[in-house]
Amino acid sequence: MKFKAGLLALAVSASLISPLTLADKVVVGLITKTNTNPFFVKMREGAQQQADELGMDLRTFSGRFDGDNESQVQAIENLIASGAKGILIAPSDPVAVVPAIDRAREAGLLVIALDTPLSPADAADATFATDNYKAGVLIGMWAAEQLGDKAADAKIAMLNLNSSMITVDVARNQGFLEGFGIEVFDPNRIGDENDPRIVGQDVTQGAEEGGRTAMENLLQREPGINVVYTINEPAAAGAYEALKAAGRTDDVLIVSVDGGCPGVENVRDGVIGATSMQFPLRMAAMGVEAIYEFANTGKKPDASEGLDFVNTGVELITDQPLPGFDSKSSKDGMDLCWG
Amino acid sequence: MSQPDTLKTSQAADHELVAAAAGGNFASFEVEKVAFKDKLHRFFHSHPTAAPTIVLLLAILAFSSIVGERFLQPFNMSLILQQVTIIGILGIAQTLIILTAGIDLSVGAIMVLTSVVMGRMSIEVGLPPSAALAIGLLVGALAGFINGQLVTRFRLPPFIVTLGTWNIFFALNLWYSKSETIRSQAIDQAAPLLHWTGKTVELFGAKLSYGSLLMLALFFIVWYALNWTAWGRHVYATGDDPAAARLAGIRTDRVLLSVYVAAGFICAIGAWALIGRIGSVSPQAGMTANLDSITAVVIGGCSLFGGRGAIFGTLIGALIVGVFRNGLALAGVDVLWQEFTIGVLIIVAVGMDQWIRKV
Amino acid sequence: MNNQKMVLEARKLVKRYGHVTALDGADLELHQGEILAVIGDNGAGKSSLIKALSGALVPDSGEILLDGVPISFRSPMDARNAGIETVYQNLAVSPSLNIADNLYLGREKRRPGILGSVFRMLDRKAMHDEAKQKLGELGLLTIQNINQAVETLSGGQRQGVAVARSAAFARHVVIMDEPTAALGVKESRRVLNLIRDVRDKGLSVILISHNMPHVFEVADRIHIHRLGQRIAVIKPDTHTMSEAVAIMTGAMAPDEHQAGAFAA
Repeated sequence: MKFKAGLLALAVSASLISPLTLADKVVVGLITKTNTNPFFVKMREGAQQQADELGMDLRTFSGRFDGDNESQVQAIENLIASGAKGILIAPSDPVAVVPAIDRAREAGLLVIALDTPLSPADAADATFATDNYKAGVLIGMWAAEQLGDKAADAKIAMLNLNSSMITVDVARNQGFLEGFGIEVFDPNRIGDENDPRIVGQDVTQGAEEGGRTAMENLLQREPGINVVYTINEPAAAGAYEALKAAGRTDDVLIVSVDGGCPGVENVRDGVIGATSMQFPLRMAAMGVEAIYEFANTGKKPDASEGLDFVNTGVELITDQPLPGFDSKSSKDGMDLCWG
Repeated sequence: MSQPDTLKTSQAADHELVAAAAGGNFASFEVEKVAFKDKLHRFFHSHPTAAPTIVLLLAILAFSSIVGERFLQPFNMSLILQQVTIIGILGIAQTLIILTAGIDLSVGAIMVLTSVVMGRMSIEVGLPPSAALAIGLLVGALAGFINGQLVTRFRLPPFIVTLGTWNIFFALNLWYSKSETIRSQAIDQAAPLLHWTGKTVELFGAKLSYGSLLMLALFFIVWYALNWTAWGRHVYATGDDPAAARLAGIRTDRVLLSVYVAAGFICAIGAWALIGRIGSVSPQAGMTANLDSITAVVIGGCSLFGGRGAIFGTLIGALIVGVFRNGLALAGVDVLWQEFTIGVLIIVAVGMDQWIRKV
Repeated sequence: MNNQKMVLEARKLVKRYGHVTALDGADLELHQGEILAVIGDNGAGKSSLIKALSGALVPDSGEILLDGVPISFRSPMDARNAGIETVYQNLAVSPSLNIADNLYLGREKRRPGILGSVFRMLDRKAMHDEAKQKLGELGLLTIQNINQAVETLSGGQRQGVAVARSAAFARHVVIMDEPTAALGVKESRRVLNLIRDVRDKGLSVILISHNMPHVFEVADRIHIHRLGQRIAVIKPDTHTMSEAVAIMTGAMAPDEHQAGAFAA
């Protein structure tokens, strides 16, 4: 244990020293929500690769937990002070972080929101993100298509993230329902639908344990559930455990969003029917490239057509492809997955 | 320890005497009221699990009328038991620490770290599952030993020590797991033993998982150790008044160290139950387990000031949380009200403890 | 009482803390079956002397003899094992444990056979019964229930439990540090009676107290401590309380008194 701690200390001090020796390169900062979620680990990897290739100096920061605004603000201040040209940030609190973002932009930095848009979205120079709504729509359509006629009397369980209704949670949830053919009313609100096919909504914290408990409770409410939407793949894995215990794995369809490698493997093994893959590596790489261009030419990135952000792509992964659907198999998905 | 006869306390008797001496016509109403409050106080004082048990029964009663018979089904009851398994086991560890007037913020991190050790030792290293399990349990005990050493040898406050080791164990967990999840299928193939805790037996329509049975067994073992061995008496005495315990000849540092080692070991058993429950080994699991376990202990009537509380109170505390979560979910109530309710329960429980501790 | 055998003897004990000398060659003699009161002004070194005798303090030099045999204590546990029990001023009871548990705290009895040796099971019944008997011997059975938590007892009853614990386990000596300091008149009276009972059981008692009437009421002899040394040993029937105080504070030289400095 001591030895490991020593190694860790060494690694930390090494990472503290190295930026000083690279002072003349273009500095770019990456601030993630946490450094534990593989999604952000992968994001950092993508940013690092791109920065190395372009000869830039990447400094990475992260909050200590999801929702940790304080650490992110500190990171922004540090980056302004160290003369960075641009900041890539996956904001933990898209509203509260805006004043700090404003200061960075006043100081001449290019700020790109990654994964989660700021609120208001134009508080950043650009947003590079997965189209989470579309990610939801894809799995919703796929599920409806898969059920065919039975979609009309499907019994749907919605396993969301948490009770704070953050944008990602809302977009995926509402996208799924729209894709499935359910009227969503206010697309910024979870749970205002009145379609009887929705059995219930519960939260999972985006983790296995939460997914299992939520699924168990919803099954208690309505044993006939046959479609399960999950906010991410760990929640899907947890839900699957509950279905397994109930002996219901064969006749229930689970769909999810993320595209992590364990999730893609779960698609391969039939745990998850289909998942919408997002591309954190590409997201970060594109962001670093945009800042490189800004540093050299002053040009700011443009949003994708028809959207107010730069879409970094979403891909449906399933081994049960349906006609008229662009999708990739789990085998191809394994080459693209993250974490 | 139930001693119904302690209800007839000298003080209550004194009050009656006063009332009798006053000839009955002097504010007899008020005297009676005081006597009842006093009796109630004595009752809760000598029965630390009485209040949480009442809350649990009331909650079950309320939900069975709101939700209907679905709620009272044996299967749903066993489901709640399964759902509280992880927090229940960590709650045992937490109770031991809190009885010594400490607090352990690292229980969740120890659990996750040891679950990753168990998973990787069997899947990546390829050790036999039983060996992987044993190493995991050992790592748990070692983590507890580190906490215990820091508390006893360096005289650091447990809150600070475990705040530090929480971060350290969590970082080690991320480093060792490379933030990667081991999937349920991989464990099923290579180390089915790790999934044993998730298997169930059926009993009158109830589905009991081995994990929840393991939890109940642990509660009984720790109950026995606390109430029927000298060690248990020393744990209470150490938490109650460490100086007095030392003067009575108890080596309080050894008691504390043993408590922390036991807690770490129990957290590792929790890791085994966790793998059984969620199927996979996830370095992101158990993020709020430390606070959830404290919640269960506090609602179970254990005093954060040490030396007071019963181990089965924690089981009841965990069940109360489980019943509220399950019942509100079955009733279709928005989750934020689940959180609200748990919050109210915590404050009521601590307020109750403050009142009970006044002698 | 002069011809009685010496139980505990301290010779030329020295304890220094930096420049402060707490014990400056202190002596003490305790006879079999007597109550020896130790009095002295604040800072006279009484508590250091008592700590040395109860193992809570290791003297720099000097020796302690128990039944004429030199012994050395490194911890309170050593003293207890040698048969010297101490009732501390702060009582040293665990408020939330019951009376029986407190009596046996640190020396619990286990069940005979495999239950005790393998499962470490406490013999609650034996402890309960013996506790009852021991409290009975000391006339403390007015305490309703032996399973009552100590914190539900009055101050005097708690003191009773602490004294009972010492008396029950002491084989030679019971040391009591200010046992009546926190008690009311009625409760003090009971504790004083208790101290006599302990002596009448054949044990020897060292009583540290500031309360002169109490000291003069129960003590057989009075050891006066001043400036880290024993300067006199008097008897309640040879000296008055004001004389004792005068000696204690240095207002009177001990040998000025007609009975002399060492009445023993």
